Amino acid sequence: MAERSFAHEVEKLRIPAGQEFRGEGILAVTKALLQSVVGYVGGYQGAPISHLMDVLADAQGVLEELGVHFEASASEAAAAAMLAASVNYPIRGAVTWKSTVGTNVASDALANVASGGVLGGALIIVGEDYGEGSSIVQERSHAFAMKSQMWLLDPRPDLESIVRMVERGFELSEASNTPVILQLRIRACHLYGRFRTGANRAPPFTLQDALENPVRDLSRIVLPPASFQHEQEKIERRWPAALDFIRAHRLNEFFGAAGGAVGVIVQGGLYNTLMRALELNGVADAFGNTDMPIYVLNVTYPLVPDEIMQFCAGKATVLMIEEGQPEYIEQNLGMILRNAGSQTTVVGKDLLPRAGEYTGEALRRGVESFLRRYAPARLSSAAARSAHSARPQVSKAVQALAAVLPLRPAGFCTGCPERPLFTALKLLERETRPLHLSCDIGCHLFSILPPFNLGNTTMGYGLGAAGAAAFNAPRGKRAVAIMGDGGFWHNGLTSGVANAVFNRTDAVLVVIDNGSSAATGGQDILSSRADNKTKSTKHSIADAVRGVGVTWLRSIDRTYDVARMRATLRAAMIAPEKGLKVVLAASECMLNRQRRERPRESRAIAAGARVVRERFGVDSDTCTGDHSCIRLSGCPSLTIRPNPDPLREDPVAHVDNTCVGCGLCGEVAHAAVLCPSFYRAELVFNPTPIERLFARLRGKIIGLLQGIADTRRLRRAY
Amino acid sequence: MRIEPASTDAAAAARALRPLSIAIAALGGQGGGVLSDWIVAVAERHGWLVQATQVPGVAQRTGTTMYYLETCPPPAGGAQPVFALMPVPGDVDIVLAAELMEAGRAVMRGFVTPDRTTLVASNHRVYAITEKSAPGDGIADANAVLAALNGESRRLVTFDMEAAAAASASAISAVLLGALAAAAVLPFPRALYEQAIRDSGVAVAANLAGFAAGFTRALADAPPAGATATAPAPGSAAGKRLDAEVRAAFPAHLHGLVAEGVRRLMDYQDGAYAELYLTRLQAVLRRDQRADGLHHGFALTAAAARHLALWMAYDDTIRVADLKTRSGRFERFRGEVGAVPGQIVYVSEFMYPRFQELCETLPAAFGERLARSALGARLPPPLFRRGRRIGTSRITGFLALYALAALRRWRRGTLRYRTEQGRIDAWLARICANGMDYELSVQIAACQRLIKGYGDTHQRSMRNFSAIMEFIDRDPGRPDLAAQVRQLRTAALAAADDDGRELRAALQALIDQPARPPAG
Repeated sequence: MAERSFAHEVEKLRIPAGQEFRGEGILAVTKALLQSVVGYVGGYQGAPISHLMDVLADAQGVLEELGVHFEASASEAAAAAMLAASVNYPIRGAVTWKSTVGTNVASDALANVASGGVLGGALIIVGEDYGEGSSIVQERSHAFAMKSQMWLLDPRPDLESIVRMVERGFELSEASNTPVILQLRIRACHLYGRFRTGANRAPPFTLQDALENPVRDLSRIVLPPASFQHEQEKIERRWPAALDFIRAHRLNEFFGAAGGAVGVIVQGGLYNTLMRALELNGVADAFGNTDMPIYVLNVTYPLVPDEIMQFCAGKATVLMIEEGQPEYIEQNLGMILRNAGSQTTVVGKDLLPRAGEYTGEALRRGVESFLRRYAPARLSSAAARSAHSARPQVSKAVQALAAVLPLRPAGFCTGCPERPLFTALKLLERETRPLHLSCDIGCHLFSILPPFNLGNTTMGYGLGAAGAAAFNAPRGKRAVAIMGDGGFWHNGLTSGVANAVFNRTDAVLVVIDNGSSAATGGQDILSSRADNKTKSTKHSIADAVRGVGVTWLRSIDRTYDVARMRATLRAAMIAPEKGLKVVLAASECMLNRQRRERPRESRAIAAGARVVRERFGVDSDTCTGDHSCIRLSGCPSLTIRPNPDPLREDPVAHVDNTCVGCGLCGEVAHAAVLCPSFYRAELVFNPTPIERLFARLRGKIIGLLQGIADTRRLRRAY
Repeated sequence: MRIEPASTDAAAAARALRPLSIAIAALGGQGGGVLSDWIVAVAERHGWLVQATQVPGVAQRTGTTMYYLETCPPPAGGAQPVFALMPVPGDVDIVLAAELMEAGRAVMRGFVTPDRTTLVASNHRVYAITEKSAPGDGIADANAVLAALNGESRRLVTFDMEAAAAASASAISAVLLGALAAAAVLPFPRALYEQAIRDSGVAVAANLAGFAAGFTRALADAPPAGATATAPAPGSAAGKRLDAEVRAAFPAHLHGLVAEGVRRLMDYQDGAYAELYLTRLQAVLRRDQRADGLHHGFALTAAAARHLALWMAYDDTIRVADLKTRSGRFERFRGEVGAVPGQIVYVSEFMYPRFQELCETLPAAFGERLARSALGARLPPPLFRRGRRIGTSRITGFLALYALAALRRWRRGTLRYRTEQGRIDAWLARICANGMDYELSVQIAACQRLIKGYGDTHQRSMRNFSAIMEFIDRDPGRPDLAAQVRQLRTAALAAADDDGRELRAALQALIDQPARPPAG
């Protein structure tokens, strides 16, 4: 079960034509797909398009009514390969993933589908995880579009425009027999807005029709001589067809005045930020009215040379606003103008940041310096009204904040079952001295941050074990690799485990099985223990590992047992056997568990059943403020507070009310021989009558003894 | 709606109509998304246009999350505003922050400016991992942040919203919404906010209570709490006698601190032990007076008063058992875990009794012999290898700890007592040594702060302490030694990796550098 349920929101997908739809960008994209006669949808979850996958999973009912097949693909490569269904048949398909990392994985299939081309529209919706909030390498999807000759859409970030580009994207794909990429930035995916709906339409030609009447066309298969023919086709036929379509349907937009000596060309996705920057510089109002000529590239690849020539005609200088690097569009623009003998100069990265997100502030400054240099008359008349020209210098107090404000690195959630693994590794390192740790992608990568500070490299999703492959040269210590269950099924089983078995790699691999793809939002995967109505689950990782030839395998079903975890890891480090040693650490993601168990427990308490709820605490009396427990845990609920003792100066540890009672802090206190401050409290709801009686008796006896002690203490008290 | 000063320019009048911008800074799990949804609902119900977006991702896992909204009344003639997707520094009307440092971060990013921004922020702290994992006090300076919030915002509404949420059994997002409504920057009536909460249909009663709490408190605009408790007056005859002695012997500004030490040691052992404390402290005071302590504000006596009391009240098994079985402690943990009156709560302690602790609790001569005996060498593994959970709320567990606590009266005979008193005397002798630099004495006294924890942690911290003392003994006349000891102490407290690597490196660096600068 995914972290967020869209069961309620998906009802919006049934809104009839001609009404106003209000909701999140991702939901609007789904609605647009249904309006576009899509036949099948697939993808792999990951921010910022995780919610798109969650919406599709929750929308099974609506999809089935329309005969749309939905697939939660095993990887981005698997999703991209699905597009094969659009090669020979007039069936539209859409796939989605996080980019650029997902596009990297999908590249093999993408290159093949782009080579042979498509008959039915093929749309690839990528969530561009770039800038603030991103968790991945900072690269551009633009390069993939260029290298495989796929068209790249970057719509203006309002729902009306996004929905239109989904619909037009399919048509463009069919008109030019080319897959089309629709790029959505993080904020656009999570944008709450509105648009006017069209009707949902069932595909006229279905997947069943295709199976009944298979079509085979040798010229679409990537093998010589067809592969050479494909390259010619791309240049001679598909490219011109795309340009014609983009022109004819006005996918790119012109705003502002037509004339003037300067103008701005902008990627569609940055349009709103540009308009705010222009407004703050006094050359636009809040409604997009401006006399500055603006050419909006809702299609960022390919560029349309005659539209560019038309826009630049008579202009001395245009500002190109293009986020990320290298500046492919700016280079292309320069070439188009130069080849046509135009006198217009292009400025862009020399006025704007060469790398990094184009924030409101970056564009405000960029636009300001553009105006200052190339249109000073406009700036001087307007800048006086700009709130910004008067903005005072940053005060000393604010500057000093930089040194005071603590960073907040991401960390493991309260009660996370992965935390004890790293506690155990840290304790093991006290015996072995530091180990080489090859990390993977997933929540477990938080181990590289405080308080664990464990891990040397990460090479990509599912590649934790492969990242340790070169270290097959152990003398005393073995390399340790980490892999999550998500990465394991994505590719780790072959690239990591099978690879190590085949090469007789002498290393230790810890596979963390928390029952779901937790980092991307808790979606079910092959080895999830949950029942899933539409997917087949409960396939054991242990069986898969043994199946590819691993003989040394230890499973731990309760990762919170730190002592056992450490003993198992130690055994893996010193085992005399050569080859891959696999430790399977399985405990369910606590977020998922709490989501399921909390309501169930509350219902049981309300129904009068005996329920025991566990909580942990720290006695401030005996805590000496060393915080070893925090350095070995990092649990958000294990925090500090000012020392209530007037003599002691260091803050004491404290378990706050978000504790879910996983027990790790107590286990750590034991395993690391820390301190007696930790206690576990069991709160009993609806106790049995006998239990109540005994509790009363105990209370009497203990109260009596405490009374005696209190009296004695009072006798010697201050 | 922000109305610019009168302007004759028609274009400027159009420009004056701008969306209100609202940024929400929250930590993952604080309900920033819910808050954003509520505001969207309120604005739409009021007939305004609104757009909202967010940057989640890994930030949801304990990091910072930023939500951003823009809203304005529908313009005449059906024109559509172009809403931005992210705040521009200097161009934000309202910032809501669900934690003090996050409010500070919003200021640092330029989203809070004196001409524009109403800042509604909770002043409670959620400590970041770097603050928590420091072995000493790593907490960031809240006053620096509060000063910036005051200086940079147009209007500041701040109080402990976490406490207000807890008091109303609600969530901080509801309290923030209430405070936002009361701040009255948005022209929406209170009823609309409450309707939005009702419409969301989740925990409605609790959220309405939280909203009301936030609304009321923000209106009252009370200053943040932060009172310090005063030391209680003595109640017993012995207490009064010792208190009189404190007042007669010590400088007035130290009375509270010394009295606190006396109180601690009477509670720890008895009046005679507190007497010993005063005798020892008076020796330090004499040393202080010889060194013209008046001009140092008696800093040495102050440091010794604190650290001597803490050291003399060392945490042995008897003390831990005593603290764990007290009636007051039972009440405290019930409160901490949120037990309702009459509810049964079973409590278990995580103890790790080691052979060493057993020996230390025995009479000195016997304990010492046992620690070195052949029996001792054989005994430990099976009995002492693992941690034990002791059920203090059950009879057997309670009795075991209660009996252990009763050993207090024989504490003076234990091995641990002898060991600790020896260490304390050696430490005091160093502090009071003739000819010692005053600041160095203060620094040595403060080194007691390094001694922390139990078991392995205690041994490690004791090693760090001893290493610094040995360094001092190498050359007590070394120039700048006091500053170096302070530096070493900071290194020992900063060594978050627990193996004392930083302290060793700092020590080695000091040993390698020439003790005295070459002449000329």
